[in-house]
Amino acid sequence: MEILIALAIGVLFTVGVYLVLSKGLLRILLGTTLITHGVHLLLLTMSGLKTGASPLLGEKADSYVDPLPQALILTSIVISFGVSAFFIVLAYRAYRSAGMDDVEGTRGESHE
Amino acid sequence: MSNLLVLPILIPLCTAVLLIFLRGKLRLQRGISVVSSVLTVLISILLIAHVHKEGFLTLQMGGWAPPYGIVFAGDMFALLLVTAASIASLAILLYSISTIGEKREHYYYYTFYHFLLVGVFGSFLTGDIFNLFVFFEVMLISSYALLSLGGTRLQLKETSKYLLINIVSSTLFVAAVAYLYAAAGTLNMAHLSQRISEAGQGGVLNVIAVLFLIVFSLKAGLFLFFWLPGSYSAPPAAVRALFGALLTKVGLYAIIRTFTLLFVDNAGLTHSLILWMAAATMILGSLGAVAYKDIPRILNYNVIISVGFVVLGLAAGTRDSLDGTVFYLLHDILAKALLFILGGLIISAAGTDRLSGMGGMIRRYPLLGWMFFILALALMGIPPLSGFAGKLLIIRGALDAKLLTLSLIGLGSSFMVLYSLIKVFRQAFWGNEVEAERPRVSMKGPLAVAAGLLVLVAAMGIGAEALFAYVSQAGSVLASPELYIQAIMKE
Repeated sequence: MEILIALAIGVLFTVGVYLVLSKGLLRILLGTTLITHGVHLLLLTMSGLKTGASPLLGEKADSYVDPLPQALILTSIVISFGVSAFFIVLAYRAYRSAGMDDVEGTRGESHE
Repeated sequence: MSNLLVLPILIPLCTAVLLIFLRGKLRLQRGISVVSSVLTVLISILLIAHVHKEGFLTLQMGGWAPPYGIVFAGDMFALLLVTAASIASLAILLYSISTIGEKREHYYYYTFYHFLLVGVFGSFLTGDIFNLFVFFEVMLISSYALLSLGGTRLQLKETSKYLLINIVSSTLFVAAVAYLYAAAGTLNMAHLSQRISEAGQGGVLNVIAVLFLIVFSLKAGLFLFFWLPGSYSAPPAAVRALFGALLTKVGLYAIIRTFTLLFVDNAGLTHSLILWMAAATMILGSLGAVAYKDIPRILNYNVIISVGFVVLGLAAGTRDSLDGTVFYLLHDILAKALLFILGGLIISAAGTDRLSGMGGMIRRYPLLGWMFFILALALMGIPPLSGFAGKLLIIRGALDAKLLTLSLIGLGSSFMVLYSLIKVFRQAFWGNEVEAERPRVSMKGPLAVAAGLLVLVAAMGIGAEALFAYVSQAGSVLASPELYIQAIMKE
């Protein structure tokens, strides 16, 4: 199971990196969200995908899945949600006020 | 007493939240900001005095014993950095009150300012690797806001680049934490250190160590600094000072902590990698500092040079050079804050940031000129001033470790620092006055702040002997991680 997920994470990273290296600001944004997806799946996978009950004590199971990475992922998700929201608004603002929609247009000297 | 350890984080946090509700009341905002900054400085000095007498201060959040809960670890190294950072941030706060402008102040400038401090102090004090990630993000998100606040075209451009770099490096940070958790099964730094040395640092752990090095190098501007010169020249001078003085230092702190506490067994591989990155950083930084002819870029490349120099001390790894690293970091936080404040003053006095548009300012601003000159000497490391002791210890340690080439590069970079700053001094203050429309700016307030910092920088150099007792206490923890582990994992 881990192998399959690892492959999926690899694909997510590849596509993400490809998109981040492209020109359009919107594509870059999509790329970063894909990479973040990949890394959250990585957190889940690296702690092991052994079968066990959900980490709720009411389940009264013999074994539970590891609750720690789930908490880490939850934290990381809200952080990257906040940052993505900021990035989207920034891209919108850059498009509206500076007419930038691709990163090539952000080249050049700082004194123009 | 140990509960006080959380106050350097709690005070700015509460201030930032309070200031959200006081949006229209600028005077009140400034007053509260200054009071809270002064309070942070006092608390951190109190903490240092306590730790100096009684050793390590730890705080287990919620009473959960490590490794199960989050621990805050106040060793001398972290507390010295907190103190230096709080003093520098107080000075920058006073500088920004007089320069930042009401428009920015209306849009939660001080709130973001204090949130940034929460992130910086939190990163210094935490003893948990994922908590470090969270405090990094607190710091970074505030820095995005401060960088883009005002929304000029240049700021929008540079913020989008800075944002992208940091999203990628934060993602790598999470990936590194995931690998480390899989390999060691814990997140508490002291416990991690134990587990890593039990397992023996081979194969996978080496890869993880290098991944952490890449992540923190991106944050600190060690070799992977391509984003730094552009991003740091976009915001207003006060924000630039805050970034130059504090942000890269947090990355440096993380590198130093990681490679003196966690990955210490197989030091040959990682430390030689770090050494060459430090050398490249110093050389490339020197080239940049010499090449450019506008003040923001010259100052930014100076930040990069000092990053390389600090890391040289870490990688040499002898007791002397570790002490020197601590000393130099302290000096660098204060001196860089001062450098960016003076740089900002020169730009506002000349009305341009290009050296070619300046000249002869010594007649109108003699105090500013001579302060800049003394600071240039301090940054290069001329004996009575603050840069000397740290550089001496680092170079001596590096020579003890038989790193002749690296020491020479370090010394050479000091000359480049001096050359680039004297170039600014000569162009801006000597020669004939350039005929141009000049804004008559009143400088009394900012100059007083700068003079205060300069006195501190000089006092650090003259009182190096007294300060050394504290610095070597910090260095002893860096040199022997067992002290850290014992203090955290007691009972």
